[in-house]
Amino acid sequence: MVIVKNRNIFFALTGALVLASVISLMFFGLRLGIDFTGGTLAQVTYPSGRPSAEEISQSLTKARFTGYSLREAGTNDYVLRAQNMTEDQRANLIEILSVDSNSAEISQLNEIGPTIGKELRNKALIALAAVLICILLFIAFAFRKVSRPVSSWVYGLIALITLVHDVIIPVGFYAALGHFAGAQIDTLFITAVLTVLGFSIHDTIVVFDRVRENLRVNGERNRREDFAETAGRSLGQTFVRSVNTSLTVLITLLVLFFIGPESTRYFALTLLVGIIAGTYSSIFLATPLLVQWEKRRSKK
Amino acid sequence: MLARRIIALVILLAGAGVGWFLYSSQISGWKPFRLGLDLSGGTQLVYRANFEAAPTDDVSGAMASLRDTIERRVNLFGVSEPIVQTERGGTLAGAPEERLIVELPGITDTQQAITLIGQTPVLEFRLLKKDVEPPPTGTPLQNMNEFFEAPAVTGKHLTSSKIEFNQGVGGIANEPVVALNFNSEGGKIFADLTRDNVGRYFGIFLDGIPISVPVIREAIPGGTAIISGNFTAEGARELARNLNYGALPVPIELIATQTVSGTLGGEAVGKGIAAGVWGIGAVALFMLLWYRLPGLLSVAALALYVIAVLALFKLIPVTLSAAGIAAFILSIGMAVDANILIFERTREELHGGKSIKDAIAEGFHRAWPSIRDSNISSMITAVILFWFGTSLIKGFALVFGLGVLVSMLTAITVSRTFLLALGIEAKSGVVRFLFESGASRKN
Repeated sequence: MVIVKNRNIFFALTGALVLASVISLMFFGLRLGIDFTGGTLAQVTYPSGRPSAEEISQSLTKARFTGYSLREAGTNDYVLRAQNMTEDQRANLIEILSVDSNSAEISQLNEIGPTIGKELRNKALIALAAVLICILLFIAFAFRKVSRPVSSWVYGLIALITLVHDVIIPVGFYAALGHFAGAQIDTLFITAVLTVLGFSIHDTIVVFDRVRENLRVNGERNRREDFAETAGRSLGQTFVRSVNTSLTVLITLLVLFFIGPESTRYFALTLLVGIIAGTYSSIFLATPLLVQWEKRRSKK
Repeated sequence: MLARRIIALVILLAGAGVGWFLYSSQISGWKPFRLGLDLSGGTQLVYRANFEAAPTDDVSGAMASLRDTIERRVNLFGVSEPIVQTERGGTLAGAPEERLIVELPGITDTQQAITLIGQTPVLEFRLLKKDVEPPPTGTPLQNMNEFFEAPAVTGKHLTSSKIEFNQGVGGIANEPVVALNFNSEGGKIFADLTRDNVGRYFGIFLDGIPISVPVIREAIPGGTAIISGNFTAEGARELARNLNYGALPVPIELIATQTVSGTLGGEAVGKGIAAGVWGIGAVALFMLLWYRLPGLLSVAALALYVIAVLALFKLIPVTLSAAGIAAFILSIGMAVDANILIFERTREELHGGKSIKDAIAEGFHRAWPSIRDSNISSMITAVILFWFGTSLIKGFALVFGLGVLVSMLTAITVSRTFLLALGIEAKSGVVRFLFESGASRKN
């Protein structure tokens, strides 16, 4: 099996991708959206063409907005991010944003109070922990039967490593997206990551299940086969299935990204990156790692 | 064989029937899809009930009264199909927060919506604590709970109010006052309170401001009370009118708003539908090209899946948000997963030398644990997301979970029935070709 034989190449590739994601995360950092920090997010449309950002900024500063940011969106829109507004600021928002003859229309306005932001932050962390614990239990359950020549906890450990990989890649990607396109971490991003976790763990388990099935069949038929051979054969048998199940999901996500609603665009993109990472890791990382472990062990 | 064919026919007819229901209900407008505010346009306001300012033993009663009062007021202003609901939220530490969520479809001016709700007065009757001097009236009181006991009678006990003119001392001044009528529960509490506390003061509060702090001279039975507080005739009339629309038992604070314009919402719906249609088309095309005859059957199963889920959206009904539409489109890609697992396994068994019939049976049998596990891990995610959710994420989780369950049903039972109903026994090359897939290799 090509992938198992050339596993060092894929280890290097995986390492490079993970490193790039970590660097992206360190350099760009994650920007928490108002879902988690509290604040105001407004999408403003200027039907008669948008004025310059400076003009709007002057008007905003005059109305005592502080610590806000303006970013161009679409052809005639701005996205305004600010702290929580006062009653006055909210009541006069349209007048404040209208500059000269360019009257503003508010197509979307979200305000989140600080208590809700804090609550969502806690809930997101708990949800993440809950999914991880459930997946750990799931892995423990899936690999409860001891097998040779690699003991079952190694399968579980490797499944976990691939999971970490599947999260680091989209997070690093999102950090870069935040830097270049202004994407912020919101509840939808958390949703996407959790969905990826649930989806990709299963891919890895299917390959491992097949490895163990083949090991068992070999044992029953008294066939002697190198572990790398068996693992490679199992990978070959599940390869098409892994790719195809992901492919149909990727097809729908691509459609969602390109022609779906604006508000779920980054969501689709995060899922896209996460599911590609998940499929990649279940094929190019999980089984090669398993083979590597067995090689290392048998040398001792 | 005949039985299988009949079952297959029944499934097809049922699918067609549900499809017809979808189509005709869409035309007639009976049981329409329920769209969330981010798709229909409108405003959502989230309030926190401030029970620290007005402690009570009956929190759920106060919340129910809060909801009814706001609902009445919102209906009064002609908002179509508003949703007013209570929710218990809260950070893990500390007491849970009681919240009121108000959804106003069609209202896209946030400030207007806030004003509409904000005019509802908060009414409280509180006994002054013993050995405390009555505070000045007419100005907001910072440390109200230091002066006064918990509210005894509140807006939830109010049934009606009207303006009256008090006989001034010696019949000189006709001071305008507001007369309140309590419901039977409120009247009893008020009667007991005044009977047991003759000689003490009680405060009447509107929106947290003490309007008057009279001394109790005698028991007041009959369930009525008078608010007098240097009103002008106009001021008293407005107050009586506002109180008639309902008074709140507890003050509320705005903690979150969300407004989406109708244009943006409409755009999102259009794009969502387009993405759904193209998504279904692309997945169907892929399945046909790669899996040929079984692929065709999986497309039929996919069509039944889509019809069933859309019908469930209407019947439950599920409130669809942009995130819910995304979940639906995602679920289309996942719905054929089970079919892919089965077909790949069937193909392997075919290559292993089994007859087509045996290969199909074995394919279903061997693929089942895998299908079950993948759906379990997806369901775990859906359940946790539903719990985690703001309404946005709940929408996603509900559609996602529903999709996983329904697709498991359609992908397994439906395609199995269809495949077996075809009753293919032949070993001719053509049939084998139809059962091969794009990646088939004779190994």
